[in-house]
Amino acid sequence: MVDVIGYRREAPGTQPAHLFPGYASTVKRAPSQSLIKIPHTLTEVTGPLFGHDRIGPNDADLTKQGKGEPIGERMILSGRVLDEDGKPVPDTLVELWQCNSAGRYHHPVDQHNAPLDPNFTGAGRIVTNGKGEYRFVTIRPGEYPWRNHYNAWRPAHIHLSLFGPAYVTRLVTQMYFPGDPLLPLDPIFNSVADAVARDRLISSFDIETTIPEQALGYKFDIVLRGRAATPMVD
Amino acid sequence: MKLIPTGSQTVGPYLHVGLTWLTTQDIAGTAGGRRIRISGRITDADGVAVPDALVEVWQANPQGKYAHPADKQDKPVDSAFKGWGRCPTDKDGVFEFTTLKPGAVPGPGNSLQAPHLAVTIFMRGQLKHLFTRMYFPDEAANADDPILNFVDDKARRDTLIARKDGEGRYSWDVVLQGRNETVFFDC
Repeated sequence: MVDVIGYRREAPGTQPAHLFPGYASTVKRAPSQSLIKIPHTLTEVTGPLFGHDRIGPNDADLTKQGKGEPIGERMILSGRVLDEDGKPVPDTLVELWQCNSAGRYHHPVDQHNAPLDPNFTGAGRIVTNGKGEYRFVTIRPGEYPWRNHYNAWRPAHIHLSLFGPAYVTRLVTQMYFPGDPLLPLDPIFNSVADAVARDRLISSFDIETTIPEQALGYKFDIVLRGRAATPMVD
Repeated sequence: MKLIPTGSQTVGPYLHVGLTWLTTQDIAGTAGGRRIRISGRITDADGVAVPDALVEVWQANPQGKYAHPADKQDKPVDSAFKGWGRCPTDKDGVFEFTTLKPGAVPGPGNSLQAPHLAVTIFMRGQLKHLFTRMYFPDEAANADDPILNFVDDKARRDTLIARKDGEGRYSWDVVLQGRNETVFFDC
């Protein structure tokens, strides 16, 4: 017999629903049947681990990956990866992707009429340190139009992908910027119903990590699911 | 201190920019053992292929042990076998992995879970990823699998079981919505 301590379930409203018609692409892609709730077994409480050896020297500095300097406003994105109890999540992979300062992705599907930047691919990655901290140097991404509804524009955002310690702690999210006037209009951001949870998707400007004459600092802490207090009895 | 977990947001259409560097279709790697090939196609409510999805797989080794410290079973480990794969779908919505067939792993209480792959699916149009599982068609242990048995409807349960396409070849299609909709889990 293997006793497994599972992970906590989400509080109502703190995660988006699968079907959210305001975001039109969910209509044909969300399940119509209810999800079937299952207990956490050894399968769910284990998961892939990626070591620091997977990370190359400039993987966390997106301004140093080309032959020259990318165009745009340099910024530092840093923060901690925590669990629900506020405990740091060390040694976990964080993957990042974003568009360039003109609002265009380095991707064949993106045909937005904005310039590509030969010195910016918009991809980065890092493994958190022993205190759960991560730090990227990048360029502030631009806003860009999309065809979800008339005159739809995505607020500036950075995509982040995390694993955490287990299969069920996997998270892909987007980080937004404070004061962005597009946020109230964006269905993806507003798919998180709970206002407190939604606001956690917005980074905060941080003078402490701002580098004089060089780059603005933004802080963004990421919280992964935490362990349930007691072994699951199912 | 109690914090709210960060909300999930879609990977969007440009996920490849950040995620395909770690594409791992050969899960078996340099580990010893007989290879199997698993492929499938993802389709939406209209039966249209999904060309911009990402599939991740997590599985035990052939002895039924996960490459993770929380698995404390006294079973052999091959350090070359990590049990994790990632594959973006192609223009036809197809994904494919080469791996080793996992062994049975412990389930709740004294139960045993039949060999399975835990599968996570990401795509534009999904605000949060989907969790599902793939089981093998030639396994008597499926009948007693504690997770399969959470799915009361036999036809729905069958959506979690791959087809055998020949020696060492399995196919398993994922239907996001509608007729033959795949079972997805809240886990």
